[in-house]
Amino acid sequence: MNELPALLVALPIVGSVLAFLAGLVRSKSGWAIAVATLAVQLPGAAILAERAFTDGPVSYVVGGFTAPYGIELVVDGLSATMVVLVSVVSLGILAYARVAGPRSNPFYATYLLLVTGLTGVSVTGDVFNMYVFLEILGLAAYALVASGERGESAVAGLKYLIVGTVGASLFLLGVGYAFVATGTLNMADMSAELAAVGYTSPLVQTAFGLLVVGLFVKVAVFPLHTWQPTAYAGAPDTVSGLVAALVSTVAAYALVRIVYTVFTVEFLVANPLARQLLVAAAVVSIVVGSALAVAQTDLKRMLAYSSVSQFGLVVGAVAVTTETALTGAAIHLVGHAVMKGGLFLAVGLVAASTGTRLIAGYDGLAHRLPGTARAVAVLALAMVGVPPAVGFVGKWYVALGAVEAQSWPLAIVIFASTLLTLAYFARLVERMYFREPPDWTADTVEAADAEAEAGDPVDVVTDGAKPQGVSLGMRATVVTAAVLAVLLGLGAFEYGQLIEPTVERLLS
Amino acid sequence: MSTLVPGVPVAVVDLVASRAYYLVTFLLLGVGTYTMIGSDNYVKKVIGLNLFQVGVFLFFIAAAYVDGANPPLLSEPGPYVSPLPHVLILTAIVVGVSLTAVSLGLVVRIYNEYGTLEDDVVREVRADE
Repeated sequence: MNELPALLVALPIVGSVLAFLAGLVRSKSGWAIAVATLAVQLPGAAILAERAFTDGPVSYVVGGFTAPYGIELVVDGLSATMVVLVSVVSLGILAYARVAGPRSNPFYATYLLLVTGLTGVSVTGDVFNMYVFLEILGLAAYALVASGERGESAVAGLKYLIVGTVGASLFLLGVGYAFVATGTLNMADMSAELAAVGYTSPLVQTAFGLLVVGLFVKVAVFPLHTWQPTAYAGAPDTVSGLVAALVSTVAAYALVRIVYTVFTVEFLVANPLARQLLVAAAVVSIVVGSALAVAQTDLKRMLAYSSVSQFGLVVGAVAVTTETALTGAAIHLVGHAVMKGGLFLAVGLVAASTGTRLIAGYDGLAHRLPGTARAVAVLALAMVGVPPAVGFVGKWYVALGAVEAQSWPLAIVIFASTLLTLAYFARLVERMYFREPPDWTADTVEAADAEAEAGDPVDVVTDGAKPQGVSLGMRATVVTAAVLAVLLGLGAFEYGQLIEPTVERLLS
Repeated sequence: MSTLVPGVPVAVVDLVASRAYYLVTFLLLGVGTYTMIGSDNYVKKVIGLNLFQVGVFLFFIAAAYVDGANPPLLSEPGPYVSPLPHVLILTAIVVGVSLTAVSLGLVVRIYNEYGTLEDDVVREVRADE
């Protein structure tokens, strides 16, 4: 079936419209429609991935026009990985969202629109089409972040919207410069034309700069990351998990696609300054992200700064341009999505049980919620990079690639980043396992809130989140994420071999 | 020295005149950025965002202009203007409109929640929460 890439993008749109229309007839039906849509999307993504890995890149031109006049969809190994990752994670988070998340039909319509945007960015082979899907993805993400009940969500959503749109507009300006230079929008065609124009031409260099900076805003690389802690902390827990796992991941994939498929390695060779700036951005992100994470008291903000640090690692791999580093980047993108998504969902789980999202409130969690504490500990240690979890494998390959390319500042910072990550995650694990639980429980939280309203001083470590029930689906999703973090690490070597032809093609 | 603008060399006037649209593009980008950063009112920030996007649109359209060319119709003689950049900008305008709609919806919600549209006041209120 040739049209599979296009169908995988069209299916969630249809599901989104259905979810919205069904809401006019019968409310609370959105979850079922979302599950049905993604349950069809997942096998489709698996079939596409199987074809992309065995037969080489799958290509389809929408509308029957010939490339480069039509919009071409190209799915190689990396794209297929992203499409499968998006399907699996969005379906898994639905299991969590049945009880935990917002239940309205418009929420699930926007959820499916986000899946559309993510899949669209992953499969497209046309630069302007990528901009359109980035905007669809962004719009859905802004709306989802703002879907919480508190006023904080609306402010966070607006801030995310303004910063994200500036980034996307810079990306569009970069597309404009590249279009003026080459006259084409198709990625494969554009890379040939850019080579003909010459990589030292100021037009091409400016296009590169604008495209990369626009994507840095979406990936949240320091210092363009300021939207991320506010957005992740202000969003509902389900949405934090979904956005943290997938949005920056797909934006990082877009960065790989732009740098390697459109501009190719020769551009970085001809412009050493560009490579140095990428390495500098990576190094600063890794260090500053970890440093800011250590200073946080709110767990979701800490995880957001941790993401800044982890994506600095991926940007470093993009800058280094060796096969090992790129394989490591791909592994790390998948692993980080699973680990970070699992951690955010676990934060939601703990908040639903105990009412706290503050790190101080995690004291003695191992006594109160042993299963959840175990899952959080596994995910935290996986993120630090304890073998054989996937966090170790990704980091190891990237560091190896940096050493191969003799990029010493980056290699040293990557090795040091393990210590930095340990600094903020070990605190959490230590609090959970080696401290006594505070004297308050879920009942006293309600009593404490009532006292606080009455005006008496209260000594409770909570942020006023009312505890609700915890369902099997929520627990199962978090535990599955923890298990996957380890299993993916064990399977990472096979995946590295699967993706080798794709990486070779990207670097040639 | 040019006769049009006394005291300025012809080369400079030619440079500015031929690239006037691009200069206005960057002027719009600058004004939009300043409005987003410098003003406290959320609605003004959204206006700044729109100005920023309009600057990008102007860049595309200015680059697409061909002196003395005709619309791409078979009944007209060549040279033709490529319709592609214009189509791109129509798409981008639609994206911009939907972004403005979402942002204004959020502004209404923030006003209902906090009773103000000033960023510094909202921040103070939230710091007290």
